[in-house]
Amino acid sequence: MKKLQLSVVTFSEKEEKLRQEVREFLAEERKNGTFDPKCDTWLSGYSPEFSRKMGERGWIGMTWPKKYGGHERSAFERYVVIEEMLASGAPVSAHWIADRQYGPMLLRYGTEYQKQFFLPRIARGECSFCIGLSEPNAGSDLANVSSRAVKTDGGWILNGSKIWTSGAHHADYIVALVRTSPLNPEKRHEGMSQLIVDLKSPGVNIRPIELMTGEHHFNEVFFEDVFVPDEMVVGEVGNGWKQGLAELAYERSGPERFLSTFPLLQELVELIRESGQKHLMEQVAPLVSQLWTLRNMSLGIAYMLEQGQAPEIEAALVKDMGTKFEQRVAEVARLVIAASPSMTASRRYERLMAQAILHSPGFTLRGGTTEILRGIVAKGVIGS
Amino acid sequence: MNEMRQMIIDSVTKIMKDVCTKEVINESEKGVWAGELWDTLAEAGMITVGVPEELGGVGFEYEDAFEILRLAGKFAAPLPLSETYIANWLLARLGKEASDEPLTIQIPGKGEPMRLAQTDGGWLVTGQVSWVPWARHAKRMIVLGQTDAGGAVAIVPLEKARIEHGQNLAGEPRDEVSFAGAFVSDEHVIAVENLDEVTEFLTYSGAAARCVMMAGALERVLEMSVTHAKERTQFGRPLHRFQAIQQQIALLAGENVAANMAADYAVKAYAAGKLKHDIAMAKMRVGEAAGTAAAIAHQIHAAIGFTFEHTLHQSTRRLWSWRDEFGTESQWGSVLADHFMAPDFGGIWDFLTRREA
Repeated sequence: MKKLQLSVVTFSEKEEKLRQEVREFLAEERKNGTFDPKCDTWLSGYSPEFSRKMGERGWIGMTWPKKYGGHERSAFERYVVIEEMLASGAPVSAHWIADRQYGPMLLRYGTEYQKQFFLPRIARGECSFCIGLSEPNAGSDLANVSSRAVKTDGGWILNGSKIWTSGAHHADYIVALVRTSPLNPEKRHEGMSQLIVDLKSPGVNIRPIELMTGEHHFNEVFFEDVFVPDEMVVGEVGNGWKQGLAELAYERSGPERFLSTFPLLQELVELIRESGQKHLMEQVAPLVSQLWTLRNMSLGIAYMLEQGQAPEIEAALVKDMGTKFEQRVAEVARLVIAASPSMTASRRYERLMAQAILHSPGFTLRGGTTEILRGIVAKGVIGS
Repeated sequence: MNEMRQMIIDSVTKIMKDVCTKEVINESEKGVWAGELWDTLAEAGMITVGVPEELGGVGFEYEDAFEILRLAGKFAAPLPLSETYIANWLLARLGKEASDEPLTIQIPGKGEPMRLAQTDGGWLVTGQVSWVPWARHAKRMIVLGQTDAGGAVAIVPLEKARIEHGQNLAGEPRDEVSFAGAFVSDEHVIAVENLDEVTEFLTYSGAAARCVMMAGALERVLEMSVTHAKERTQFGRPLHRFQAIQQQIALLAGENVAANMAADYAVKAYAAGKLKHDIAMAKMRVGEAAGTAAAIAHQIHAAIGFTFEHTLHQSTRRLWSWRDEFGTESQWGSVLADHFMAPDFGGIWDFLTRREA
């Protein structure tokens, strides 16, 4: 059986100093009315102005080399910034995907041209990306993608579509996982490549898909004979599946997998304090011990990633347990302090609860469903 | 992890594998003292870990001791190891020498402080405490007492006690101990300024110890469940091929990792002398994991795991016992709630991210 073990992490003085800086910045922004805390802001809190401000502070692309516009800071300094942002419910969705996923991917697999072109723009908060994985017939079974690029002079001609693409209507680029060789039923994971597609290219059409709240975050992105130049292929042609997998431990273990409803928890605790009723706080205490544990697990994984390890099983665990936790917050809150949750409520507590409940189905779907994650964990633990 | 700690872990693992057999554990439940296991650990210098050499200990750090306790939990070692460690640590704090004898302590909340009456050359101890771990096998007990002058800690030989046998869910001795004017010499009674501090020390030490012991037991429960799911075949396939079973194994693995992580932070806080909220939160999370994991493990094992013949119960019954000792989830939750309600509380995010435990 595979042994699962995570490291204990202690933040340094430097990281704590940064935390204070971030808190002062956030307090100032809130005072100026830049944002009102919301749940799930890494999906729904879109503000290019806020992202640019973060870029100016050096809080995007923090760990990347300076020559690409990064700031060469530690993974834990980055962790401090992103967890502070999420906990405060700040609008970070415009740069989130590029900062978390595609910057690191380009650093690892990108060409010199790609690094020089994209990374400084991302780090300034001026260039946003969206994720092009799911398709109408490729959800959990991602190897079933059928969007297809065919080689042409100086590039590729792309046809097909991507779906559930959060933020495509705002983003500048999509990184699309597409077939560049016909499907081989024996080796379904081969023959796929990652292409960076400029969403302003001719032949790209974006159709909104409203969430059940009526909010517009999802889209379907159609590609009709879209020309993608050779220099926009990421890494090796045909290696797209493996390249994508390598990023999963980053994608699944970050604080956005357990803090999406933190603003509600925080509000709940404040309301209980105002009420003076300790017995209500006792019902919240288990959530705090769970959250404390999840954060420590997530930090342990961040440490392993920093050491060059790829703790995919542990990351899948954090995502599974963390997203379940996010859902539980609203379920506990509504029983502890009764409310009439509504997206249009004037009370913040009721608004946050509405956001937490109505966004909650997505928590355990995006980035790998609970069921898929548990399959990965079980197989990993059982071993061959 | 440092080299010395790894050596300790390897050495104790070997001892446990060799000596702490299924039979030894089952015999212990029938009242047989696992003397060979104790002596082997003592000979290897694993009893006075965390006590400085000048006080008769073998040195090393608290972290080393907790690693040994994690293994004791994993192998269901039927010994008062955690009680002896805590007793020796308390004695060391009071400037008293440690020894290799099995010792025991009282679990806070299981009895009033005993009465200590001064007599010629010593003290007479009178009182009663219930749920004393391993009292019938321990040589001496650390008793919290009250003299006319104030609080005191007494080291009382258990041969002078009346011991009523009792047991926890795992069949581990949890006895009622009564002293009726038992004589203790002066050097074995230490006046303490604040008895509550000693109680608090016992509570947090015991909670941290139960955390790592449960974390060890959870590791064992996961290993057994995985092995069973690989070996057992139904409908022509091994169990682990069924998605329903895979989902359960994943949940079990999650509880195992979460509990071990929480326990690690409890140890970190303990070693740093911070007997505070990290230990409280760890005991809550590990206690929660204990119940969830035990249920899943039994479901995976089905009927065979429900029998005495199988060894699963040696771990699950301990999990069900230990989660209730030194504070349940709700008792520690109440401690946390007090803190969250305090006027100077700095908010939940500040609490979670603060560096001080």
